[in-house]
Amino acid sequence: MKASMRVNGVERSADVEPRVLLVDFLRTNLALTGTHVGCDTTSCGACTVLLDGEPVKSCTLLAVQVDGRDIKTVEGLADGAALSPVQVGFHEEHGLQCGFCTPGRMLVGTALLEGNPDPTEEQIRWAISGNICRCTGYMNIVKAIQHAARLKQAAATAPSPAAVAAGGGE
Amino acid sequence: MSSTMHMHGGIGESIKRKEDGRFLRGKGNYVDDFVLPGMLHMAILRSPHAHARIKSIDTSAAGAKPGVIAVVTGELMAQHKLAWMPTLSGDTQAVLATDKVRFQGQEVAAVIAETKVQAEDARDAIVVDYEVLQAVTSPDGAKAEGAPLIRDEKEGQKDNHIYHWESGDQAATQAAFAKAAKVVRLHTFYPRCHPAPLETCGCIADVNPATGKATIYMTSQAPHAIRTVFALVTGLPEQNIRIISPDIGGGFGNKVPVYPGYVVATAASLLIGRPVKWIEDRNENLISTGFARDFHMTGDLAVDEKGKMTALRVHLDSDNGAFFSDAQPSKFKAGLFHIVTGSYDIPTAHVTADGYYTNKAPGGVAYRCSFRVTEASYLIERLVTNAALELGIDQADFRKQNFIQPEQFPYTSATGWIYDSGDYPKAMDLALDKLGYAELKKDVEARRKTGEVTGIGIASFTEVVGAGHGADFDILGLRMFDSAELRVHPTGKALLRMGVKSQGQGHETTFAQIVAEELGIPASDIAVEEGDTDTAPYGLGTYASRSTPVAGAATAMVSRKLREKARKLAAHLLEAAEEDLTWERGKFYVKGSPDRAKTIQEIAFAAYTNLPEGMEAGLEGVHYYDPPNMTYPFGTYAVVVDVDKGTGQVKVRRMVAVDDCGVRINPMIVEGQIHGGLTEGFGIAFMELITFDADGNCIGSNFMDYLLPTAWETPKFEMGETVTPSPHHPIGAKGVGESATVGSPAAYVNAVIDALSPYGVTNIDMPVTSDKVWAALRSKGVTE
Amino acid sequence: MLPAAFDYRAPTTLDEALGVLKERGDDAKILAGGMSLIPLLKLRFAQPALVLDIGRLPGLNRIAGQDGHLSIGALVRHVDVERNGDLAKQVPLMSEAVHWIADPLVRNRGTVVGSVCHADPAGDWGSVMLALGAELVARSASGERVIPVAGFFQDPFTTTLKPDEIVTEVRIPIPSGSSGGAYNKLERKVGDFATVAVAVQVEMNGGKVSRAGIGLTSVGATNIKATEAEKALAGREPTDEVIREAARLAAEAAQPKDDIRGSAAYKKDVVRVFVQRGLHTALSRAQEARS
Repeated sequence: MKASMRVNGVERSADVEPRVLLVDFLRTNLALTGTHVGCDTTSCGACTVLLDGEPVKSCTLLAVQVDGRDIKTVEGLADGAALSPVQVGFHEEHGLQCGFCTPGRMLVGTALLEGNPDPTEEQIRWAISGNICRCTGYMNIVKAIQHAARLKQAAATAPSPAAVAAGGGE
Repeated sequence: MSSTMHMHGGIGESIKRKEDGRFLRGKGNYVDDFVLPGMLHMAILRSPHAHARIKSIDTSAAGAKPGVIAVVTGELMAQHKLAWMPTLSGDTQAVLATDKVRFQGQEVAAVIAETKVQAEDARDAIVVDYEVLQAVTSPDGAKAEGAPLIRDEKEGQKDNHIYHWESGDQAATQAAFAKAAKVVRLHTFYPRCHPAPLETCGCIADVNPATGKATIYMTSQAPHAIRTVFALVTGLPEQNIRIISPDIGGGFGNKVPVYPGYVVATAASLLIGRPVKWIEDRNENLISTGFARDFHMTGDLAVDEKGKMTALRVHLDSDNGAFFSDAQPSKFKAGLFHIVTGSYDIPTAHVTADGYYTNKAPGGVAYRCSFRVTEASYLIERLVTNAALELGIDQADFRKQNFIQPEQFPYTSATGWIYDSGDYPKAMDLALDKLGYAELKKDVEARRKTGEVTGIGIASFTEVVGAGHGADFDILGLRMFDSAELRVHPTGKALLRMGVKSQGQGHETTFAQIVAEELGIPASDIAVEEGDTDTAPYGLGTYASRSTPVAGAATAMVSRKLREKARKLAAHLLEAAEEDLTWERGKFYVKGSPDRAKTIQEIAFAAYTNLPEGMEAGLEGVHYYDPPNMTYPFGTYAVVVDVDKGTGQVKVRRMVAVDDCGVRINPMIVEGQIHGGLTEGFGIAFMELITFDADGNCIGSNFMDYLLPTAWETPKFEMGETVTPSPHHPIGAKGVGESATVGSPAAYVNAVIDALSPYGVTNIDMPVTSDKVWAALRSKGVTE
Repeated sequence: MLPAAFDYRAPTTLDEALGVLKERGDDAKILAGGMSLIPLLKLRFAQPALVLDIGRLPGLNRIAGQDGHLSIGALVRHVDVERNGDLAKQVPLMSEAVHWIADPLVRNRGTVVGSVCHADPAGDWGSVMLALGAELVARSASGERVIPVAGFFQDPFTTTLKPDEIVTEVRIPIPSGSSGGAYNKLERKVGDFATVAVAVQVEMNGGKVSRAGIGLTSVGATNIKATEAEKALAGREPTDEVIREAARLAAEAAQPKDDIRGSAAYKKDVVRVFVQRGLHTALSRAQEARS
């Protein structure tokens, strides 16, 4: 049957068996291999994507279940060559080592900052507690998301170019 | 892209990682991301029983399922002499079972189909008739009278004993114990755990019938060694085998062995003439691939009246599973366990080790263990804390008064290790300072008076990494050198290729930094490649923290080789004598006339355009480095815990980690490695466990049972460093990747034991779970 | 691992869904959030001929108060409970319990009703609903029936629900002004099922406990209602001794097994400890609610 959804802003669909998992639909049917599979018991979070802006485990969703919904994967974070604040944060704070858990985790961070622009360390650790990392020990991941929060705040409070040109701003 | 792009990127600079770009964009190239034309998918059928005879296998229904190309059994593999394969420890291992299955999860058959789900559907239709046999689930069970013979197919194998190994001086140690004022004994079990990298193991085997070339994408930490083993096992000529280890999602030693799945996929591809992809599920990874530890250890420490350690005696029984497949240097059956005298000046020691077959998955050397140093370090650090508690001496003081002192280096230990350098008191003092140890101890006393259960644990580990000097270290005869090949292009950019293989350790950055320091080319101008056996120079791979000590040294050496040729070119360009030139990172200039200079970029260009008569063109070289010795990183870790009397739950309040790995190439990356290891150590200490019931059923073969710490449980780490360079390493660096898994479990457990010591508890084996703590407290009458 | 093949229907009206179940309910599984069902499908522990996705049915994702009870629709997710400020005020037991369920990602999909119907004895909502005295509304093609949660659970993963029924809501009697609750859970890490967990709900009247509800997680074949412990509290002033006795009775009601998480003796003792702690917390919350 037909599985249809909007992935990173683009309408995508394919004919699949109902039992096809969303993660396999993304990886195989859409060749978006940035979303990873790390376990078989819905335990690790490597497969996290955003469903209508909320982080979910795509290994525990059928492709046909998300008919007509909005999916965001790691491939949808950057704006062309420009990395998103969360991506920049992970780079600047060494928030990744092998990179396998990173796509899912960055999406969780992205969603967190949408709803909570200045999260505490505790709130960050709570939000990412569904995403296992074996490499980093989580400390730099917390710093990465805090770094992203600062970047977003700076961008939000920066004066517009027009204001600066008119002599306003800093 | 990064804030450090403008930096030169030499040694000691925390430049941001050059490899991040693709991972951040979801464009990492892990094995499962590759799709080859005509590719098939393989699913493996595994044994539900720990020990059983195979009476029959019926694959007819499976073979008729949609999309199925082939169903492979041990019988078919045997026809091609591939039913059994050599292990990295000189034993043999079944590829697909023929006579018996010897552990739950063992490979029995494989289905190759057009899609993965078709392969799984057909797998369900394979019918195997088993005759269940009694299972052996421990070394005691293996030794027991009347125990079933597991390796009955092995000629000359009459029981379940694999090896006996000894180190040290039995007579001198016995004599010392006879005279000892006090002997402290600890019997402890380091349980089976698993590296569980987030990416499971897998491969795509593509044996091209038109070219005869076998290209195998593989999650391998040691692609060259695997290529050679494949050549020997399959008979495919080695020049026609190409192993490509692309991006690897974590290794931790799990991706060193040759797994049956790789061999079956390759054989299937050879027979079918199409690429075959096999990616294991998590349960397959946990139930069948290289586990870690499973050592039953008894340590005795002899102490004189002044509290000085005089002797150490250790016996261990190793549970190796059904096949002896440890990935370790061939001369050491129990790895480097005999480093067990640790950081202490113990005049004599004797270690005995016996390995046993059991009906469990094969393995043991894995999970950031530095070849069993994790087990050794755990034993000595637990024993030392127990001795301190028993003697009524402060844990830190007892260690300090027995440390190998700085002036004693290089230090030859009682079991023959020559420690290169160390300053243990300095690291300890820094850790205690960060902890605020004196104040903290008062606080602990005050809390205990109000009935709180709280404690401090210390561990001062010494690691031994950088395998290793060829005469002593080989795997299946392949000496453990490593390599670096460096080529500088006309425009002054460079390409570095090495025989090691990163699985997240940041090699594309750190090894470029070595070249940047030695040859003066900015790190951002240096590409680093690893993992393709067609192009990378031969090496033994990345595990046991050997990359920086061995391949890092090779990188420095090859850079210096190129620098010597560069000097000759500079002399030619500057029309000066070589002896009159001075090197300042990135350029040669005439002594006294700094304006008469040539940059490395100008020199590189000249290597292709303006050469002195008789000089070969190009600026490149390769170095195979044979380390003269191992390197010995060390540190002191300290942990503070609080225990809930009602539930037995343990909370880590603080964790201080001071590490010394010699010169740090990239401090940011070094710290990241330590954070990760401290977290794995935390998991091992408190929650990670693979265990078996009496029938050999595995408990811990999925992430609901095999528990990994999340960001919520994992403590925050307070980090510190001291720097004691390695005197023999070209840039003074030591390995560091495994220091934290080596040193931290004992620190965590010592904290719990310290917390329970007022009640007379002296040991709880890992994982220290809440029910065990509760039981220990209850047994001493303590409850909420 | 990947699921075995199944038929899939995603009806857009309740009547359509009930019609399908009338015909094929015997070999069908209902899919709401999927956080319990899909893992079972992937491991092939469940191989239904038909998966009936109720995710598109309208009107089932509401939390609404009416006629003295709170109605939680079949598609209300755990995260919806987390975000509901009214619920946090009226039934803090639910708001406390929800944080203990699985992990944040699972809570974005899993449903309260789905969890109750799944009837895992290690499921948290079952104990909460027992403590609250909740009831389930089950619809079928032939009508509707109301099932008290006490008595709904028969065995692990087995309830009195018939194959042709869908539970459309769980109804919770709105606790009085002077009430409080607490959920204590011992889990080995975030995402783990409970080793032991205890739900406590108390209502006070003039310094005495007018109603007590105690639900136990992971210590029996089903979630357990600690009836004797509840009786020992009802109508009594909650002194330390009364609380201790209730805790002792609750521990007696628990029927845990020895397993990798600990011995039966351990788990019973944690029940005792958690009932004590839970009651103290619930009582002080009831006190605060009153003032």
